[in-house]
Amino acid sequence: MSDAPSEAPADVPDDLRYASSHEWARLEDGVVTVGITDFAQQALGDVVFVELPELDAQLQSGVEAGVVESVKAASDIYAPVSGTVVAVNDALEDTPESVNEDPYGDGWFFKVEPDDPEELDELLDADGYTEMCESDDEDH
Amino acid sequence: MTTERTPLYDAHVAAGARLTDFAGYSMPLHYGSQLAEHRAVRTGAGMFDVSHMAVTDLEGAGARDFLALVMSNDPDKAAPGRAVYTMLLNEAGGVVDDVIVYGRENGYRVVSNAATRDKVQAWFGGHAGPFGVALRERRDLALIAVQGPQAIEVFTAVEGMDVAALASFACLERAGSMVARTGYTGEDGIEVILPGEQAAALWNRLRAAGVSPAGLAARDTLRVEAGLMLYGQDMDDATTPLESGLGWTVAWDPPARAFVGREALARQREAKPGRVLKGIALNVKGIMRPGCVVQTGAGDGVVTSGIFSPTLGFSVGFARIPRDSAGDCRVVVRGNPLPGRIVKLPFVRRGKQVFQ
Repeated sequence: MSDAPSEAPADVPDDLRYASSHEWARLEDGVVTVGITDFAQQALGDVVFVELPELDAQLQSGVEAGVVESVKAASDIYAPVSGTVVAVNDALEDTPESVNEDPYGDGWFFKVEPDDPEELDELLDADGYTEMCESDDEDH
Repeated sequence: MTTERTPLYDAHVAAGARLTDFAGYSMPLHYGSQLAEHRAVRTGAGMFDVSHMAVTDLEGAGARDFLALVMSNDPDKAAPGRAVYTMLLNEAGGVVDDVIVYGRENGYRVVSNAATRDKVQAWFGGHAGPFGVALRERRDLALIAVQGPQAIEVFTAVEGMDVAALASFACLERAGSMVARTGYTGEDGIEVILPGEQAAALWNRLRAAGVSPAGLAARDTLRVEAGLMLYGQDMDDATTPLESGLGWTVAWDPPARAFVGREALARQREAKPGRVLKGIALNVKGIMRPGCVVQTGAGDGVVTSGIFSPTLGFSVGFARIPRDSAGDCRVVVRGNPLPGRIVKLPFVRRGKQVFQ
């Protein structure tokens, strides 16, 4: 990012896993909820459109699953794990600002039934993700 | 190269601004939400620090004749107390910069873009020779734009100045400050040019009266909705006003006024430019960005400015496309040709959609 943020540092909850492409994943009752991180939403600025995968779509980890478009730029969303889409957050159609206001809550994107729940272990934990964001900041 | 700060830098930091380097200045991009700032200007009152822009005072007996040479618009529209928007052109008719010229009791004041500061100073200097004109860059001044339907009322209440009596593009001076009924948002409002050391106090008084600080990002979406061009993006040294939706800033009368670029521009006017700048509205989700290809029935063109319009809820922009293009078009966004239409500018005026 070329912009020097003077606002609060990004929130990185301890109980989530993270992709290096700035998605978060939360495993609950065998289903993985996916969204984008606080760091990502701050970098994007106001989100105005979100394109989500279709229900029942088969996702491959690391492959594009949707698009989030902000006032500033469009950005692909990648599936953090492989699996079947079992829910999408249709509310984002009318309230895309939820992605900015509540990225780990109302701003979730979709839920996946993972082919292999152990795939989550390959994602970053909170410390690993925080470290990655900090070194990204230093690089630019 | 160090980044310069305006006199309002501390106020921006205190307000939680996300700062960005713009033309060598550390400027607020937004203060949290550019959409909220955009809406504040469309529905209430917002203010912008535009102190990075260049202010040049012109004095001397030859100032008027100097302007008659360098500006595309009529210099006599800048009578004392009046402002005029004009292009500065090169010999080929390309745009060196777009500026506002303010008429004063003893000369003129020119406000030009930050990114073109050195180029414009050199260009002025290169043409001033034969004229008795003194050019003085005023780095001691700050600029604050107060814009929105409530801007006039709030500014009047805060400053005790009757700015409501100022006509559009009129200006007045008092105690070293200049106030003009001008702006870059499509809303009513004023722009204040004042001594730098007084800027933070005015900013804070306006803020206390409920005026929202707004950043460069909101300034961009507001000006695109309003159909206002941005130098370096919608026009530049290689494109003429006739190719940029700015033909109205060229005063052809009197025919004897030989302003720089006139001959080249007259030839293009006669031959008609092949491509011109027009408004585009997208009919579907997605946002056109500068550089996107536009496909029309008359040939292809390219988006020069493209945004998500917070007022309209869809994407609008400008594109340089074939002169005869009209009606439906396609805008290639991230590889997908999305349906759109060519429309008359502006998109938004006084908070409302104005095109069909």
